[in-house]
Amino acid sequence: MIKSTLHISIIRTLRGIGSRMIERTWRLGAGARLFFLTLVYSGESFRRFNLTLREVYSTGVMSLLIIIVSAFFVGMVLALQGYNTLQKYGSSEAIGVLVALSLVRELGPVVTALLFAGRAGTAITAEIGLMKTTEQLSAMEMMAVNPIARVIAPRFWAGVISMPILASLFSMVGILGGYLVAVPLIGVDDGAFWSQMQANVDFRLDIVNGVIKSIVFGVACTMIALFEGYDAPPTAEGVSRATTRTVVISSLTVLALDFILTSFMLEV
Amino acid sequence: MDRTTIDLWVGIFVALGVAALLGLAMKVGNLTSSKIGDTYSVSAAFENIGSLKPHAPVKSAGVVVGRVDSITFDSSKYEAIVKINIDKRYPFPKDTFANIYTAGLLGEQYVGLEAGGDEDTLKNGDKIIKTQDAVVLEKMISQFLFSKASENKSDDKSDDGSNSKATKAKSTELGAAPF
Amino acid sequence: MTPNIVEIDNLSFGYKGRVLHKGINMVFPRGKVVAIMGGSGSGKTTLLRLIGGQIRPSKGEVRVDGDVVHKQDRDGIYKLRRKMGMLFQHGALFTDLSVFDNVAFPMRELTDLPESMIRDLVLMKLNAVGLRGAHALMPTELSGGMARRVALARAIALDPNIIMYDEPFAGLDPITMGVICDLIRTLNDALGTTSIIVSHDVKETFMIADYVYFVANGEVVAEGTPDDLMQSTLPFVHQFVHGEKDGPVPFHYAAKNYQSELLGRVSVK
Repeated sequence: MIKSTLHISIIRTLRGIGSRMIERTWRLGAGARLFFLTLVYSGESFRRFNLTLREVYSTGVMSLLIIIVSAFFVGMVLALQGYNTLQKYGSSEAIGVLVALSLVRELGPVVTALLFAGRAGTAITAEIGLMKTTEQLSAMEMMAVNPIARVIAPRFWAGVISMPILASLFSMVGILGGYLVAVPLIGVDDGAFWSQMQANVDFRLDIVNGVIKSIVFGVACTMIALFEGYDAPPTAEGVSRATTRTVVISSLTVLALDFILTSFMLEV
Repeated sequence: MDRTTIDLWVGIFVALGVAALLGLAMKVGNLTSSKIGDTYSVSAAFENIGSLKPHAPVKSAGVVVGRVDSITFDSSKYEAIVKINIDKRYPFPKDTFANIYTAGLLGEQYVGLEAGGDEDTLKNGDKIIKTQDAVVLEKMISQFLFSKASENKSDDKSDDGSNSKATKAKSTELGAAPF
Repeated sequence: MTPNIVEIDNLSFGYKGRVLHKGINMVFPRGKVVAIMGGSGSGKTTLLRLIGGQIRPSKGEVRVDGDVVHKQDRDGIYKLRRKMGMLFQHGALFTDLSVFDNVAFPMRELTDLPESMIRDLVLMKLNAVGLRGAHALMPTELSGGMARRVALARAIALDPNIIMYDEPFAGLDPITMGVICDLIRTLNDALGTTSIIVSHDVKETFMIADYVYFVANGEVVAEGTPDDLMQSTLPFVHQFVHGEKDGPVPFHYAAKNYQSELLGRVSVK
């Protein structure tokens, strides 16, 4: 008797895992198709650049404050923690290098992408989801206007444009925050801070690679947010779940992509 | 929705982004210092370069005058060939002395140039003859420990001639290393 | 030129194993107001989507102006849709655009008209629905009835040949209902279009429709002019038209025997 219930519950669990796998795969395929269609119907986003510009405003400009404030704090914490460790080895001048390299290579692109997913990604998902729920996308279709060209593609390109800008700002503001802690507060030498940094941060290997990372994250985060909104069940619950999924999937994707990109860039 | 205010904000946004990128390139990165106008290239052979890497600074009297371009291995002499680019504004005499130093005790390694007294200056493609290898910390420490140990030994049995000879040889070697 | 602008021929549609329509035949003559009536969930709105080519029938076909809808490619369908205007149940106004921009949207997207002409046209359309004064408002500032009138102005923005109304009377107060009712009829006659109304509001629909189809269980169960149908003795039509609680459409959703379900509590989980 006990054996048979165990048996049934195992089968049920396996079946659940299987159906979830199928569901995930299906969504992956649908997402890839939306990505492809977005690229195909991107012409209008550039021909009528005002459409894209408006979305740059609502994704990029609206994320400025959170990016700048977070970058400032992240930079200050990095300087504090870095100093704490580095002064034990008598190389507190290297604090500039530590702050700059951490920000430019990793924290700038990654934290920006995570904040972007939370700030702009959720907004995109909720907006598209609600447009679907209130039949705005259907209405557009019925007016012979392609919603992918008119709604999805401009938002996609706006995200791809905004992300590297935000990430560069994040790195720069973070370094300034680190400078404020290291130089006036702790008393590290001003010249050593900058010169060590310049000696060790390579423009192509570190800064350009950081920008490339942020562009890739921009594509991933924006596309995930758009797909989740476009695919959301047209109910209040459906949109709220899609919004949550945007944050979860974007964050995981960004971290995984970061590992892959870093391993390529470090050429190990 | 007012187009012009949006345009303005997007303009500010993009300008900030470009400024940040420029700031990163100029102030943080080595874009300015690595491309100090025209350079001339000279090479130097070292028996041991320690952990010197491409893009490491080349300094003279503490001033960055160039950068390490590439490091290759010469399999005929079993030496490392370090190619360095030096700013055209700074000519160096032919008998310039190239050292590999470490910034601080554990810092990164750089090439230090000490000017000689020759009338002729280094030209593009020239070779620096006088070089001194990187100090390898482990080697130094082991030499120091060995010499200490053998000193103690020689104190105990001062009649052992061969041992003290070895100690002498080691300590001269150690003395050559710049502490 | 066929006398019927839209023809539905032996159309069947179903999804996820559920059959929604089985062999529906309907014709929509030019210049008429034709209503499709039926209970909630009888697939009325789906019929509009089939006409608009948003979904494909599993059997049969829909012809708009002689062209089979589901055999068109994307461009063909878009070309057909430019002959159609659709009023969605809740208006489906673009919430990020003002009333003016909403009505101007199809003109800006689909035509190359200069902005000055678009301005005049938009004001004309808004005037037709009596909301010229509201052109600067945002959709969130409108009442339900006003939103639907703006949506109507947007649906007629490009002077379509066919206007489809999805539940145009649902959730409106009697005065607004009367206004919308009147608008549908006047616009139909003034613009010479064909109107397809999907509704379950008997009084209003019968007041303006020239011809009515009754849909139930995926089939057309009755058709005729409103007057004919009022007199109909068919049990379903009688129940529907007079709003009786019980009849061919049962009050109870299909369930097990009531008594045994109450007594045998163990079997209910």
